[in-house]
Amino acid sequence: MSYGTTHERHHDDHDHKPTGLGRWLFSTNHKDIGTMYLVFALIMFFVGGAMAMVIRAELFQPGLQYVDPQFFNAMTTMHALVMIFGVIMPAGVGLANWMVPMMIGAPDMALPRMNNMSFWILPFAFIMLLSTFFMEGGAPAGGWTMYPPLITQLGDGFPFLIFTVHFLGVSSIMGAINIIATVFNMRAPGMGFMQLPLFVWTWIVTAFLLIASMPVLAGAVTMLLTDKYFGTSFFVAAGGGDPVMFQHIFWFFGHPEVYILILPAFGIVSQIIPTFSRKPLFGYESMVYATAAIAFLSFFVWAHHMFTVGMPLAGELFFMYATMSIAVPTGVKVFNWIATMWRGSMTFETPMLFALAFVILFSIGGFSGLMLGITPADFQYHDTYFVVAHFHYVLVTGAIFALMAGAYFWLPKWTGHMYDEKLGQLHFWLSTISVNVLFFPQHFVGLAGMPRRIPDYAVQFTEWNMISSIGGFAFGLSQLLFVWVVIKCIREGKAASEQVWEGARGLEWTLPSPPPFHTFTVPPKVDAATAHS
Amino acid sequence: MSARNLKLFAGAVISLLLLAIQPAWAEYGLNLPEGVTPISRNIYELHMTIFYICCVIAAVVFGVMFWSIFHHRKSRGAKAAQFHHNTTVEIIWTAIPMVILILMAIPATKSLILIESTGDSDITIKITGHQWRWQYEYIEEDFSFFSSLAPDSNEARQLRSGVDPATIDNYLLEVDNPVVVPVGYKIRFMTTAADVIHSWWVPALGWKRDSIPGFINESWAIIEEEGTYRGQCAELCGRDHAFMPIVLKAVSEDEYYDWAGNMMVAAMDAEAGADREWGMDELLERGEQVYSTFCVACHQVNGMGIPGAFKPLVGSPVTTGPVEAHIDTVMNGVPGTAMAPFGMQLNDVDVAAVITYERNSWGNEMGDAVQPSTIAAKR
Repeated sequence: MSYGTTHERHHDDHDHKPTGLGRWLFSTNHKDIGTMYLVFALIMFFVGGAMAMVIRAELFQPGLQYVDPQFFNAMTTMHALVMIFGVIMPAGVGLANWMVPMMIGAPDMALPRMNNMSFWILPFAFIMLLSTFFMEGGAPAGGWTMYPPLITQLGDGFPFLIFTVHFLGVSSIMGAINIIATVFNMRAPGMGFMQLPLFVWTWIVTAFLLIASMPVLAGAVTMLLTDKYFGTSFFVAAGGGDPVMFQHIFWFFGHPEVYILILPAFGIVSQIIPTFSRKPLFGYESMVYATAAIAFLSFFVWAHHMFTVGMPLAGELFFMYATMSIAVPTGVKVFNWIATMWRGSMTFETPMLFALAFVILFSIGGFSGLMLGITPADFQYHDTYFVVAHFHYVLVTGAIFALMAGAYFWLPKWTGHMYDEKLGQLHFWLSTISVNVLFFPQHFVGLAGMPRRIPDYAVQFTEWNMISSIGGFAFGLSQLLFVWVVIKCIREGKAASEQVWEGARGLEWTLPSPPPFHTFTVPPKVDAATAHS
Repeated sequence: MSARNLKLFAGAVISLLLLAIQPAWAEYGLNLPEGVTPISRNIYELHMTIFYICCVIAAVVFGVMFWSIFHHRKSRGAKAAQFHHNTTVEIIWTAIPMVILILMAIPATKSLILIESTGDSDITIKITGHQWRWQYEYIEEDFSFFSSLAPDSNEARQLRSGVDPATIDNYLLEVDNPVVVPVGYKIRFMTTAADVIHSWWVPALGWKRDSIPGFINESWAIIEEEGTYRGQCAELCGRDHAFMPIVLKAVSEDEYYDWAGNMMVAAMDAEAGADREWGMDELLERGEQVYSTFCVACHQVNGMGIPGAFKPLVGSPVTTGPVEAHIDTVMNGVPGTAMAPFGMQLNDVDVAAVITYERNSWGNEMGDAVQPSTIAAKR
């Protein structure tokens, strides 16, 4: 039974959107808030991207051509903060806002006013963070990891950095509570937990990770604040404190954070690959358990970010074994995706292309991650460009590529128009080629001995850095094409059908494209055909 | 773009890339150096083993994936099967990675035990990281010295210096005073820091170790070949993190003891003169030397500092105010800023000289000469 026959009249009566600025400022609608999150993330993607361009321009050749080293350090620090907290996390929340209620057959998020607040904190938090560029002492330049004692040398921007982190934490925790409350309480009748689409599952797990880890970060940065201004010595060696303790606390947040960034990406890819293989997801249950296993293990591996601080042998062994064991559930996921494609009937539209690139390139990041997890080898790799290459493979060709895949996948549903397939594929090929030119050579310079976070380098690293910079500029420019694709899609794209993609399964594809302002005000009935694909 | 055009385009891009890469491939390192110590060789072997295992796994997994992509496509008339799980297969592909991981963990554990065996050393060197130079203390011989970026690199690395780095020998990888060790001895390195966290790394030794205020970390090396080995600070430590390289010279036993003897004599000379009255001119001359080693990175040659980051010394309330406050600032630093307590790094003569220099340069005309005895009284 299609959605239209039962619900059309109902929505004709109630589908009046608020108008003007108030629609957005006071919005409690999950679709509008989702849109705002996504637009915000896209804007910040270019802000953080501009910083990356400054970094790559300075590293194009040896010598200092454009910026002071202090400003360079501010660029690397702010690039990371913006990309992590301003792009990947909000984009993930934006997709969850749009899709989770539609996927589980709920009319909206469980806590719509809190939803509004958790979004609107973000622009103010980032204005506060970016304002530090104009302050005495400049923007934070001690690395996004904020290690003391270095970070306490920051000037007037210091409290702004700390309070920005607090705001971002509050926003994330509220978003996480909202998602948990929505999924636990508002599933359509007949939709049990094991019928949830995998994107919803990955978001439940992510939400629990957020609630468990963000307060830890808030605590750590508050201790930094009191160390600098109120005479405490949590991390001050001269006062009996312990600078390494900060690193332990930070990474107890930081490693789950890594999975906060990547689990929703796993979810997106797990929706897309079955759709374009026209075949159900292979190993649904093991996917759910693997996600939960990764999340659980992520709390026991934090010290692999800091093997070189000097730990007892037993500690180094424990964290090495724990880290290596994460490869098992991650491997299961990759095998399941490939088994989903196996004997399918595949087509290669833009979302599928990004998803396939994700599987390969994320796996390459996974291999370098496994190498980094081997403690003795890490004594060489640590803090070199090998690490930079690793985390950009998992975060750019991993998280960002999955977000791009998701955007192309759901854009027709959101706007009611198809995007231009040729331009989408052009965007894909340009991005995929340039991103590898950008990051692959960084493995080489890292192994050959180039430390990370340096504005200038010895001349033997010149060639690879030049190639990397060229790839960087090309990747940056290619992303402008994405903006054009989105604008063109909204303005003049061909009308999209309800189902949009031939192989699409799930409740969201039973709604009209674009969906009316309020959907599923009467809960749909879930049966085998409408449950997860 | 048609599929054919796309293939042509991709082919062209890849060929261009290969062309661009070729000369660099021939000339420069793409891989970890094998190094010159038992640890570094061990880690190199481990690194290559894991790398090859990863390559094999990648070839198998991606091979299956691409086979599927080429054969199970709708355009070739593939009809989708509808299977969605297979418990046996799932158990197998959970078990196989576990076995591979255990096989990797065994050599890794052995390596780690070797690396942590720091006992029975012949020579102990304490390494202290400062913003932005290294200090080496030879514990048995009782002398110490600072090691900073070489002057020619330092000049070339200034923003828009106009000097081509390619014309500098070992650009950014040369120091004024290298650390010298004998080959064949077990050397214990103890790393710590005075201000923020640094990390001491010479790739040829096989490891890096963080130098952390309030902590002492131990590492070791037996260097098997004479030579000069270069490295850099690996932990972000502020503005000039990129500019505190490490140069380690491994020499024969005889050469090492000659060098150490000279260093001990030089250390005694440096202490000389602390108890006599110094004239203005000699203080200014010594002060300029000290300033250009320890102060210039932040406060700059012209004493103007860097607006927003490092305070100027020209006409500042410290350098043109009461001398007591000036001495206090230099000796004890300013907590919460990059201004370190230099009383811990410099001897009485150097502190007196640099303060005198700062009060009587760049238009500061205080006219007072600070004596080493005044500094000694403050300790």
